[in-house]
Amino acid sequence: MAADATTPPARPHALRRFLDSDLGWSFRRSPTAVLGALLLAILVISAFAAPLFAPQDPYDLSQLFVDKAELPPVWVQGGEWPFILGTDPQGRDMLSAILYGTRVSLAIGLASVAAAMAIGVSIGLVAGFFGGRTDMLLMRFADTVLSIPTLLVAILVSAIFRGLLPAGIRDNFSAVILIGAIALTGWVQYARTVRASTMVERRREYVLAARIIGVSAARIMRRHILPNTLTPVLVAATLNLGLAILSEATLSFLGVGMPVTRPSLGTLIRIGNQYLFSGSWWVVVFPALQLGLIVLAVNLIGDWLRDALNPKLR
Amino acid sequence: MSAPDAILLEAVDAACHFDVSAPLITRIVERRPRRILKAVDGVSFQVRRGRTFSVVGESGCGKSTLARLVVGLERPTSGSIRLHDVPDAEGRPRRPRLQMIFQDPYASLNPRWRVEDIVAEPLVELGLVTGAAAISARVRALLGLVGLAASDAAKFPHEFSGGQRQRISIARALATEADLLVCDEPTSALDVSVQAQVLNLMRQLQAELGLTYLFISHNLSVVRHLSDDIAVMYLGRFVESGPADAVFTTPRHPYSRLLIETVPDVEAPNRDRAPMAGEVPNPIDRPAGCAFASRCPQVEPACRLAPPPLVAVDADTRVACRLVPARADAAGPVAAMVP
Repeated sequence: MAADATTPPARPHALRRFLDSDLGWSFRRSPTAVLGALLLAILVISAFAAPLFAPQDPYDLSQLFVDKAELPPVWVQGGEWPFILGTDPQGRDMLSAILYGTRVSLAIGLASVAAAMAIGVSIGLVAGFFGGRTDMLLMRFADTVLSIPTLLVAILVSAIFRGLLPAGIRDNFSAVILIGAIALTGWVQYARTVRASTMVERRREYVLAARIIGVSAARIMRRHILPNTLTPVLVAATLNLGLAILSEATLSFLGVGMPVTRPSLGTLIRIGNQYLFSGSWWVVVFPALQLGLIVLAVNLIGDWLRDALNPKLR
Repeated sequence: MSAPDAILLEAVDAACHFDVSAPLITRIVERRPRRILKAVDGVSFQVRRGRTFSVVGESGCGKSTLARLVVGLERPTSGSIRLHDVPDAEGRPRRPRLQMIFQDPYASLNPRWRVEDIVAEPLVELGLVTGAAAISARVRALLGLVGLAASDAAKFPHEFSGGQRQRISIARALATEADLLVCDEPTSALDVSVQAQVLNLMRQLQAELGLTYLFISHNLSVVRHLSDDIAVMYLGRFVESGPADAVFTTPRHPYSRLLIETVPDVEAPNRDRAPMAGEVPNPIDRPAGCAFASRCPQVEPACRLAPPPLVAVDADTRVACRLVPARADAAGPVAAMVP
């Protein structure tokens, strides 16, 4: 509504505003956060720009050469340019496979965190706002979900959906199944966080003022309460992104995740694991290293964010 | 119907009880009875349009619950709270609108909203003004009305002082075009000088816009200058009600007398004040007789037997005390007097 009349005429760029804000100030003062952000930026950009510079398209079988199979990295004797990190037993360039695999892992991680957040935040809002029997029912359900081991649920969900889908199209949906499986086990934490802050916020007087006007419960939850409960959710989401990427890798490693034709980092580690004892260490070490770097970068940012947004630590 | 002193709000024997019992299983195992907190226990009053009705009492006497009952945040356990229709612009009756002004100016504004969005919310929700430009203009006009600058619209609540925030609260309440403003201790969180500003603003707005106030406070000096009618509340019930002047000049109930005596007075320093002794009884476990008996300087044994009804002592004033003689012609309890 008439934004031009109310906002100052020249609003600085979003990045500039972030760096000038309280949060930006704490970001600039935290070397770990800057390191994490830089690392993550490099990983994300290299992964999503991979088609532009990767030596090979690992999804294109015509580019794989069996005679170039199991080449070691270039700095080891027998290594060959341009296969910097060597090749796997199918003749796939490891660097390309890792970059494409990172893309898959990041996308699945982000999507599953977003899905878990959507489920958890909605359930937490409803439970906290209405309280009473609704709250009890939803939170006992959440407790039940939490009492079943995460991996077991994820394997079950993956297995059930893969069983339901015909074999021909199964692989096309494996990413969606993975996202669903991780989200269905990961939402409880968000629900609990949001419920707790909702129960505080709904008693605040600005919510009462809106109720007296006659604003509907759905609008109060969305417009008043949700923005005021989102800070802890964002911290949890950042920290959980690392966990979600690890879950995806675990499921793929166990063989219920991404297929060999569209490998994620977990799939690459599973393939590499079989060659570990034959001396081809590079097939498993580099994907594992990449996975570790991603989780490290995400957790560095998450740790900083948790401290920066905690009013007691300022 | 449109007479200036038509009744806007009418409470008849309204009560609000809360069940504060332990959970069912604990109660059965430990053989504990249900515990009912009687926050408001049978209160009757009428608020006339354009007037200010004040409820005073110490903390925990149920005055905030009464405010929440009136605006509909709580439902009366028994009795009724009725709002009488008011005429709209064309003279047809419509339901009156309410809004509340809260005690804590820091919790009553959403910290993540700009002032313009806070003030515009009722306009948009109630469909009073449509179109972005019209809404923006109305918001600015409302801010001007409460003494804020139009440029304040783009700011966030944390950029304002307590008094300014209370002005924003008032602007939001005015945006609803409320007929009745329920003010729950609107000035008790503010500095004395700012209190006076906010109270003067409220009086000025009442004169300009014909607002009706239900004013809840523990501060008698604030109430005195604002009120037409006043009720003194003690442990969920009215002990005295009547025109503000009459109650302040000739308080009849011992509790009202004690309350008014405790007000500091620059013209009579070093008065001999009777200190208020004793504790307020537990609202979960009301005494059988008069609730004030445990602290009353004039208590008699008979006071502890049955609660005294609120009876008329003259044309406008009602008192709930055995020791105050009732008016000869209308000695019945007040519930019988309300039409």
